[in-house]
Amino acid sequence: MNLSRRENLTGRIFLLVLVVVTLLPFVSMLSAALQPRGTVPSGLAWPSDPQWGNFADAFTVANMGALLRSSLLIVAGVVPVSVLIATMAGFGLGQLRVPGGRIVFGLLLLGLTLPFEAVVTPLYYQMQDLGLLNTRWAIILPLIGLYMPFAVFWMRAHFSNVPVELSEAARVDGSSTWQLFWRVQVPLAKPAIASLTILMFLWTWNQFLLAIVLVDDPAKRTMAGALGAFQGQWGTDLVLLCAGSLLILTPTLIVFLIFQRQFIKALIQGSLKG
Amino acid sequence: MTSAFGSAPVGRGDPVSTPARPTRPSAARAPRKRWARAGGTGWLFVLPAVVMYAAFVLRPLVLTIQYSFYNWNGIGVARWAGLDNYLTVFTDSDLLKIIGNALVLIVFFSFVPVALGLLVASLVRRITTGAFGTVVRTVLFLPQVIPLVAAGIAWSWLLSSNGLINQLLRAVGLGGVARAWLGDFDTALPAVGVIGAWVLLGLCTILLVTGMSKIDPALYEAARLDGAGPIREFFAVTLPSLRQEIGVCLTVTIIAALASFDIVYISTSGGPGLQTTVPGLEIYRLAFSQRQVGLASALAVVLMLLVLLCVLPIQRLTRGDKS
Repeated sequence: MNLSRRENLTGRIFLLVLVVVTLLPFVSMLSAALQPRGTVPSGLAWPSDPQWGNFADAFTVANMGALLRSSLLIVAGVVPVSVLIATMAGFGLGQLRVPGGRIVFGLLLLGLTLPFEAVVTPLYYQMQDLGLLNTRWAIILPLIGLYMPFAVFWMRAHFSNVPVELSEAARVDGSSTWQLFWRVQVPLAKPAIASLTILMFLWTWNQFLLAIVLVDDPAKRTMAGALGAFQGQWGTDLVLLCAGSLLILTPTLIVFLIFQRQFIKALIQGSLKG
Repeated sequence: MTSAFGSAPVGRGDPVSTPARPTRPSAARAPRKRWARAGGTGWLFVLPAVVMYAAFVLRPLVLTIQYSFYNWNGIGVARWAGLDNYLTVFTDSDLLKIIGNALVLIVFFSFVPVALGLLVASLVRRITTGAFGTVVRTVLFLPQVIPLVAAGIAWSWLLSSNGLINQLLRAVGLGGVARAWLGDFDTALPAVGVIGAWVLLGLCTILLVTGMSKIDPALYEAARLDGAGPIREFFAVTLPSLRQEIGVCLTVTIIAALASFDIVYISTSGGPGLQTTVPGLEIYRLAFSQRQVGLASALAVVLMLLVLLCVLPIQRLTRGDKS
């Protein structure tokens, strides 16, 4: 008993240290963001007169309203479509077990470890040929494709575990495959779909490489891509840069805090299955 | 499927029994019907995903491989180059150094988070429930949630000459060591590694803690009865039981190391010199600044193979046995 209590204490201390180390960069950024503009802040010092107005300045300077709109448009273009077609494919592969499904699945697995860098150059020329370069479509379309390996893998894993008898019972009732999908299978798949949606929202919001390669105008990029441009422009104004970064990462934190249960579960299962 | 095939099992199956006869044709038809349904409509379900994947992943992938055999500036006429680009990747000292940098990052992105994660997880395997556990889990996941770009900016500030790290060092009397960590030739790459370790440590820790909570407590009791100390216990019980989780951590983090881009681009842009340039960054530069699309593509193919080369053996080792 004594031993395990001591073990408990060491464990708690270790965790506490880890928590502090994890939070330090955020705290340090906040302390810099609150210093008066034009000063050179030092590592971590609570400002005597916190300048909360810096956040408003960063919001204006970074044109944050337009950035938010752009990111939301990209998310709206990527996430619903990806989730829908991945759910359909997962249903086809995991539940209907279409002939040749194994080959399709094998091809998708190929993409699971693929670094985006490996396809970004041809994607640039492909988008150029389609006349989509420097539009949001140049980010939206490739992202949908690039998400398919994980998303289909994820949904297929769910649908393989749904007993086939369920589909057969619905068949006896005379419903078509389409009805079966929407009325029986999709409602059952809600938790898996919800997790997938959250993951895809974050991945899209945070997507950087495609944004900087395929779109020149920061106002048409994802949040992360816009932040890259913001750093290039305001890299020397540390106060503003920190305030801007905090503003840009806040939405991800909010989404995470609201959905953290599903999110943590999704990430753990997602990586275990992957 | 013809009727000849349909009736083939008849002779083999059961000896002549009249009641079976009427059911046979329907039995032969049923799978055909199901096949048609699953095959026809089923494929309609799979098709949209396959089309998007083929158009925006498989096609570019094939093109990358094709480009890698050409010299092309992205505008003019491409000229066949055979294996020249690959030869350059494997002989050019700069490119080799760049690939080497990615391998060094594996130590920081993978080994450090997994080793630390194991240590922490084995210390905390009983403290995962309750309010404290929830808070810890939430906080440790934060770096995984924010854009890597933001992580890069935060750490660039932390590691700068006025940053918190140097402030702490000066506070404990180690001011002599203080420097601009990301700008120094000797410390830039490890400093980038530290950023990656920070991002990935939480994920690894939580994965390992979750795995550990699934280990049968009887195994630990048995080990204790055998007189095993905490260290023996760790190697005899914990480590083998966590094989799958460790495999997952290694896979995810090694891919993150080899394909790193965001953090490096933001925190050092590959400098000083080539000290922190990684393949991802070099592909970007070669293709879009120096207009050497062929060479960039060859490097991309090598990167892809390198990822597979590192990840596939881990999958086999950690997964194959269990099933």
